[in-house]
Amino acid sequence: MRPFSYLRAQDAPSAVATATGRPETMYLAGGTNLVDLMRLGVAVPDVLVDVSGIASGTVEETGDGTLLVGAGVRNSDLAADPLVRRRQPLLSQAVLAGASGQIRNMATVGGNLMQRTRCPYFQDVTKPCNKRLPGTGCPARTGENRNLAILGHSDSCVATHPSDMAVALAALGAIVHVEGADGPRTVPMPGLHRLPGDEPERDTVLGQGELITAVEVPPLPFAGRSRYRKVRDRASFAFAVVSVAVALDVADGIVRDCRIAFGGVAHAPWRAETAEAVLRGATATETEFARAAEAELAAARPLPGNAFKIPLVRNVLVRTLADLAEAS
Amino acid sequence: MTTLTRPTPSVGSALDRVEGVEKVTGQAKYAYEYAPDDLVYAVPVQADIARGEVRSVDADAAVKLPGVIATIWYGNAPRIAPAENAELSVLQSRRVAYRGQYVAVVVADTLENAVEAARLLRVDYDVEGHDVELRADHPGMYRPEKVNPAYPADTEQGDPDEALAGAEVVVDEVYSTPAEHNNPMEPHATVAVWGDDGLTLYDSTQGATAVRDTVAPLFGLPPGNVRVVSPHVGGGFGSKGTPLSPVVLAALAAKHVGRPVKLTVTRRQMFAVIGYRTPTIQRVRLGADAEGRLKVIVHDAFEQSSRIREFAEQTTTPTRMMYAAPNRRTTHRLVRLDVPTPSWMRAPGETPGMYALESALDELAVACGIDPIELRVRNEPAADPESGLPFSSRNLVACMREGARRFGWAERDPAPGIRLRDGLLVGTGVAASTYPVYRRPSRATATALADGTFTVRIAAADIGTGARTALTQIAADALGVPTGLVRVEIGDSALPDASLAGGSMGTASWGTAVVRACEALTGALRERGGQVPPDGVEVSADTAREVGNGERYARHAFGAQFAEVAVDPGTGETRVLRLLGVFAAGRIVNPKTARSQFIGGMTMGLSMALLEESVMDREFGDYLNHDLAQYHVAACADVRDIEAVWVDEDDPHLNPMGAKGIGEIGIVGTAAAVANAVYHATGVRVRDLPIRVDRLVR
Repeated sequence: MRPFSYLRAQDAPSAVATATGRPETMYLAGGTNLVDLMRLGVAVPDVLVDVSGIASGTVEETGDGTLLVGAGVRNSDLAADPLVRRRQPLLSQAVLAGASGQIRNMATVGGNLMQRTRCPYFQDVTKPCNKRLPGTGCPARTGENRNLAILGHSDSCVATHPSDMAVALAALGAIVHVEGADGPRTVPMPGLHRLPGDEPERDTVLGQGELITAVEVPPLPFAGRSRYRKVRDRASFAFAVVSVAVALDVADGIVRDCRIAFGGVAHAPWRAETAEAVLRGATATETEFARAAEAELAAARPLPGNAFKIPLVRNVLVRTLADLAEAS
Repeated sequence: MTTLTRPTPSVGSALDRVEGVEKVTGQAKYAYEYAPDDLVYAVPVQADIARGEVRSVDADAAVKLPGVIATIWYGNAPRIAPAENAELSVLQSRRVAYRGQYVAVVVADTLENAVEAARLLRVDYDVEGHDVELRADHPGMYRPEKVNPAYPADTEQGDPDEALAGAEVVVDEVYSTPAEHNNPMEPHATVAVWGDDGLTLYDSTQGATAVRDTVAPLFGLPPGNVRVVSPHVGGGFGSKGTPLSPVVLAALAAKHVGRPVKLTVTRRQMFAVIGYRTPTIQRVRLGADAEGRLKVIVHDAFEQSSRIREFAEQTTTPTRMMYAAPNRRTTHRLVRLDVPTPSWMRAPGETPGMYALESALDELAVACGIDPIELRVRNEPAADPESGLPFSSRNLVACMREGARRFGWAERDPAPGIRLRDGLLVGTGVAASTYPVYRRPSRATATALADGTFTVRIAAADIGTGARTALTQIAADALGVPTGLVRVEIGDSALPDASLAGGSMGTASWGTAVVRACEALTGALRERGGQVPPDGVEVSADTAREVGNGERYARHAFGAQFAEVAVDPGTGETRVLRLLGVFAAGRIVNPKTARSQFIGGMTMGLSMALLEESVMDREFGDYLNHDLAQYHVAACADVRDIEAVWVDEDDPHLNPMGAKGIGEIGIVGTAAAVANAVYHATGVRVRDLPIRVDRLVR
């Protein structure tokens, strides 16, 4: 392996000061993705700044019902949090749908957001990949792309973001708290993760050295009736083929409001704003649910190996909406 | 001997694994864990082209790293003798036959330094265009001389074409199975140590004798100067049955540097260098009368192998003996591509072949409107259809009947696609299972010690099967003593020669040698009036003559596999709710380890049905999904309710134990049972494995 330095951060500002302006420096938290990437030669940091000792590991409730989730909260603790389970069940379900028990015990909220795509070409250093080595090409477009994007991809990259948790956070409109060289700032979700465009090497809008410190989950009263539904090949320990995160507010058979996001379909968690707009004020029927799904998926541009994802997302969204409507 | 009353026989009882405590407490030593003095680490470099030649290797950057001892490639590698299997001629040529082939190896003082040096080694190639795509109409398709291990490629009886033309009901379908890779928990590993008198290999292998006999001539050594030690092996499934390039590369590197070398194959490397199940394309044609009586069976298989070694899998051989039909043709066609060399994977041949045949039988049952169990009963042959020999025992029908009773088959409505339970489409399916009974010559010694205990020695392999435990039971019964007085030593080529752990023949082959040695020891002790001298009494047995002179019977194990599946009508997600296997495999030596073998095989069959696929990257020519995050094997959550049982079978024509092999039959037929259940659940017939959402979502 390549030698590297390991530093244990004392606090967020000093961690940021160490990493800012040094692209060869990376933050280490749970290490469940980064260590794999280092073993594969995909990530080759010179310096690792371990932030696991400084990141907040608590879920706090502020006065207005907002939950402030520390970046160091372990995935398993987030999923088990009683407030999350009651108020945002889709978030708990999304976290539990990901990885394995052992990995969730190690993985953190901040690290989960920052994990890299599992595109097979990205993970194989013997092959070209614009995300890993800009300008080398994207063999996935014509190669094996069953698991890759149908929405928002570019000529340079068709990767998908692998996180389940991020899909739920995108539906909930979470706000990511970031510490940078110029002090703290916030980034709304969706919006943290980018579409690839012609800079696929950039997964997020964060600059070099910026550090996620917390995720704010604003109150959404109707999120008590919400669901994360993940389609995967294996019954556990598999990334989403597609997934949907849905919160639905129905009264008297009419959709008052809803939140919808897709996973496994794009370079970022895909907030389905078109579908949401179609549904607001519509009758809560399968016909309307299908109309909303198709409106969102009209923008889909499937690759040769993944056209099946279009009916798959449509069907799973319609079913999830119908199940939630029925339960209300 | 003072024992006057024979103890209760141990064979048939659920003896715990004799090395169980050693294993769960971490004391059992695996190949990777041997650490001789002065040990150094070898990390192979793999070709990143699919076809061409190594032009040059630039090691400048690699050798400047601290701790790097050697970089070895064709240009400076020690020469070794040619091998029948060209995979073993590692670093002996510039040719690259497939992407991932070993083209160099780096040796360093630590694993970390060796990994980094291997990364920095620059290999330049003359690249040639490659062809890695299996298709039935490939112009390079040919008929191999024989198929694994030595069956004819083609057979024909009667006039199949005329019979098809005249059949009342015809099924004519094409099925495909993807490449699949063995993923034993323990990756392949070797520690190679050269000494004054030869070579010692601590190796993860299914056969210490075979590794010794294969490796010794490569280095110009008599077999007696190579010792292979492998007391514990963490799974193999066939991938450790044939010595392959890693063990040779370890020995070669150790010779080159003059120090003990440890070489471990990474999970990713396993997808290139340790063999895999060939993808298959299979056309099955069945012709029957309206009552489902088969008049003709035609089964044509298309497969691949690499440029450097012909491995022709025996995909259609079960079709030669499963069902009665006066007209029959079976064929195998092979194409040599720029791909890694396929090899054995649990029940090679039977597994993909029975998937196709048993799917087609189900289609015939539907076409004729006959229950699929009744269809199989109607086509039960009186003797082996191919050879005309009587079956030593054949209890397929008994397995079907017993399974139907346990599974609740009688209540089954055959109509497809009509059962919704909790929003999921539910269906059931059945398929037959079979595996041949093989036996190979082996030797064993049995020793009576002065302290009243016994030691039995044989170079057998326990790859997690429970072989050591079964042999302990067999030896104890043959000696007429409790198992606690018997110690069985295996996993070392210094022990008496034994056949390998493969072909489900371990217990039959080794057990015969163990019984004969123990019988001879009992006789020797009787002659001495039961007195054991201070230095003990040792006798040996060699079963070459006995195994060569068997009676003329067709010997096969049979089984019936039942599956219940639930399919999400919106997504196509398929989950197996229940799996039941009923087997007729002679006498079961140890019900506990046997059950593990059966349900392990069935789990692998479930995994094959729904999950496993090695994806060939056409542009680059390698198997793309080369790790366990991408190559899915069944997780615990995929296996909900699994049960294996067996029917009593007393077969006097097998071996002293009356046992048939059980290591592989569990995987045979499972995928067809699942696929048939998916049809029953959904009305959709999936003929290409694995059955994933993209095959079912609409």
